[in-house]
Amino acid sequence: MKKLIAILLLAPSLGFAFGGGVVLDPAPVNLHDKLSLQRGAQVFVNHCLNCHSASAMRYSKLTDLGLNQGQIRENLMLASDKIGDPMSTTLDPKEGKAWFGVMPPDLSLVARSRGADWLYTYLRGFYRDPAAKSGWNNTVFPNVGMPHVLWEYQGSQALQVADKGATKLVLDGPGKLAPAEYDKYVGDLVNYLVYMGEPARAKRVQIGIVVMFFLAVFFVITVLLKKEYWKDVR
Amino acid sequence: MAVTNKPPVTGAGPFNGVLTWFDQRFPLMVLWRTQLTEYYAPKNFNVWYFFGSLAALVLVIQIVSGIFLTMNYKPSAEHAFASVEYIMRDVPGGWIIRYIHSTGASAFFIVVYLHMARGLMYGSYRKPRELTWIFGVLIYLCLMAEAFFGYLLPWGQMSFWGAQVIINLFATIPIIGEDLSVWIRGDYNVSDATLNRFFALHVIAIPMALLGLVAAHLMALHETGSNNPDGIEIYENLDPKTGTPVDGIPFHPYYTVKDLVGVAVFLIVFCAIVFFSPEVGGYFLEYNNFIPADPLTTPTHIAPVWYFTPFYAMLRAIPSFFNMQVWGVIVMGAAVMIFFAMPWLDRGRTKSIRYRGPIYSAFFAVFVVTFVILGYLGVEPTNVWGEFPKGIPMVGGDYIATWVARALTAVYFAFFLLMPWYTARDKEKPVPQRLT
Repeated sequence: MKKLIAILLLAPSLGFAFGGGVVLDPAPVNLHDKLSLQRGAQVFVNHCLNCHSASAMRYSKLTDLGLNQGQIRENLMLASDKIGDPMSTTLDPKEGKAWFGVMPPDLSLVARSRGADWLYTYLRGFYRDPAAKSGWNNTVFPNVGMPHVLWEYQGSQALQVADKGATKLVLDGPGKLAPAEYDKYVGDLVNYLVYMGEPARAKRVQIGIVVMFFLAVFFVITVLLKKEYWKDVR
Repeated sequence: MAVTNKPPVTGAGPFNGVLTWFDQRFPLMVLWRTQLTEYYAPKNFNVWYFFGSLAALVLVIQIVSGIFLTMNYKPSAEHAFASVEYIMRDVPGGWIIRYIHSTGASAFFIVVYLHMARGLMYGSYRKPRELTWIFGVLIYLCLMAEAFFGYLLPWGQMSFWGAQVIINLFATIPIIGEDLSVWIRGDYNVSDATLNRFFALHVIAIPMALLGLVAAHLMALHETGSNNPDGIEIYENLDPKTGTPVDGIPFHPYYTVKDLVGVAVFLIVFCAIVFFSPEVGGYFLEYNNFIPADPLTTPTHIAPVWYFTPFYAMLRAIPSFFNMQVWGVIVMGAAVMIFFAMPWLDRGRTKSIRYRGPIYSAFFAVFVVTFVILGYLGVEPTNVWGEFPKGIPMVGGDYIATWVARALTAVYFAFFLLMPWYTARDKEKPVPQRLT
């Protein structure tokens, strides 16, 4: 009976793991790696913010990454932005719709809705496709409206169909970065996106450990109290 | 008049004076005695008896965290989603409050489902506690309404489309359905008007009803006294000297200190979720709900939060007959409402599953498993288990999960509707005179 319950409880999570079709690569997320987060923020403002907003994220919040306001102003902001402003794109929604079919979505919470692994695989999954409007297609997000913004870094990939319909991506035009370097580059970006999805996350876990310790003590006290009172109950 | 008649309070040391002042103007000591220190509870409560007090705790957690959320939440279609993120990022401690509230919603249902399972196992709905049970089912209904209204407020994709699906259920009612669903939404679509009224219902109307029903639930309980794992009445065995039940112990201090242990364990689990995994793999906070509501983009898979999924699975499984969709809605409604009939469906001579016969025990076990599997099917898309091969008569080409859900819906109702028959025939064991 207990085994049955365990299987029933586990079953849904297995369903999630195997669903979706494409196998997702695990993203190297480490919210304690401040340098990685800083590099990721740099990639984000340089390449993503041109079209996507992150309207829930203020520039001033980037002090979480170990930067001071001067550094944020100098390296991560346009001169016209104020430090307390949210990160917003200058792309006009009408133009966005005309160029990409839809206005590129806000990325504040994209790591929470898509998941880090999805983003990590997606950003490494672009390949040349002459049939697509932008000239690019994606293994994780077929017929995506977004072109491969980071292609100069990754280079260009082609989709090879092996026998039995299995497919794999092959680098046919090298970019500025070697494959391992590009993975790290995207890894930093995804790490930053995870941070941005929930800036309080690192602190949440920290506080949680203290709370657990406190509650463990509280539990012991309640058990002792109960034992003391119940001594005279037969 | 009473000011002079009532004797002064003793035994509270330096507080005697203050307590006397209150007691001569308010039934303070009478309530204290009759409801706590001289309210006798059976001494053999087991782990299942923690969930009543835990439900009360969660209610308090939800009300307090909810009050703080409303201080920064904006109930408008334009600002709701952003205001939730504002709470998560810019309000100091806001994320803790929000996660407490979102975890509390699921915790409420976990605790209440376990509390109801306890009632079913030990026959707590049986005479003389029918009203306690009925108030309890009303609380459960209110809780479902409260969760449904509250789930729209973050204004994410699942909030929007979940509400859309549920409100459209009312549109399936013949003749009045369309108008009724417009009346509920306040618009032809789920919109700002819907969000505003759901906010009002979530923060004022339903919580008030809940508090009243909880009070009634407790008053009815304290009138009859608690049931226990043996399902026998402790008031039938009084100590001739004191006139109190031999197998009873005062609720305070014995069960107040015991419930504190339950509170500690509950808080450990609760806080572990809040601080380490508030989404619980998408079950407590659905991933799609981190996308703002978009009336133009229907998500490929709309699933309610886990606590509604057993009933949602039934709804989806029932096909339309005579060109009408309403049957699934009727079945789903009946699946909840049938709990009201429990006290009169059960014809057993014993209350507790400990002394019931094998038939009831088997039915109960199958019922619990059925409920869990239906809950699982309600989370997953209908094609989760694939299709029957085309050649099979009747079911060829249909989704396997749909037929399983149909069969399990039948089993669910069989548990209730066959109850008068099988409980009356079961071979029950002799019930002891005293608690074991």
